[in-house]
Amino acid sequence: MNQNPVIVDRGQASVLATNKVLRNTYMLLSMTLLFSGLTAGLSMAMQLPFAMYFGSVIGAFALIWLVLPRVAKSGAGIAVVFAITGLLGVGLGPLLNYYTALANGSQIIGLALGGTGVIFVGLSAYVLTTKKDFSFMGGFLFAGFLVILVAAIANIFFQIPALSLTISSAIILIMSGFILYDTSRIINGGETNYILATIGIYLALYNIFVSLLQILGIFGGDD
Amino acid sequence: MELWIKIGSAVLLATMFVVIFPKAKHMLANSPKGSAQDWLGALFPIVLVILFVIFLISLV
Repeated sequence: MNQNPVIVDRGQASVLATNKVLRNTYMLLSMTLLFSGLTAGLSMAMQLPFAMYFGSVIGAFALIWLVLPRVAKSGAGIAVVFAITGLLGVGLGPLLNYYTALANGSQIIGLALGGTGVIFVGLSAYVLTTKKDFSFMGGFLFAGFLVILVAAIANIFFQIPALSLTISSAIILIMSGFILYDTSRIINGGETNYILATIGIYLALYNIFVSLLQILGIFGGDD
Repeated sequence: MELWIKIGSAVLLATMFVVIFPKAKHMLANSPKGSAQDWLGALFPIVLVILFVIFLISLV
């Protein structure tokens, strides 16, 4: 006979809530990825200039920092998430056009896309099956990201190929860590807002994809 | 890369740094400390990611 029905009920309610956040996050993530693919395709077809990548990233981060925190708990948050991911998709268009112009550009894009998918599915499956708590990685990941930002600022002006490669590699590792961290926060109840969870994982995937494109581009003959 | 794009990119990344810095400082001070076992558990999938990226590079 169950001695603590209330405790068990609360436990079950917590698990159900966590599953709901996870399910909603993955559903919204899949829709935003499809939407990004659509806007990236349109951007490619329209042959938008490379400056568009820069402009769309600025627009997306303005929405992430200034608008999303105010609407994340309302239905309007979903519209803002689509605006952010749509903008980032538009920004990918010129980048993808650049790679498709290379001799093995289609192969590079395909590998980067498939590679991003495999990394995401693998890391998510690892967290979901082990149910490990990766909250201890938070400080390390944010500090690591700041170091990458400083290196990236320096490399804008120095343009050292080896540093570019190092930065892209470091981004993949840090963003992989963020996938572990974000997913573990969802399943352990640290993140209860699926809109914020979606944006966190989406940005990690976006950065992994762009960095993989750069690395494969460098090794595939693009310098 | 055009100069204005370089300057704009640097300003964007610097803004990111300024926005993220307080959160990073807070996280460093307040994140739970992981044991050696915890870090090994995180290192394992990251090493797999490294090996996978090397595999992808070998394909191009």
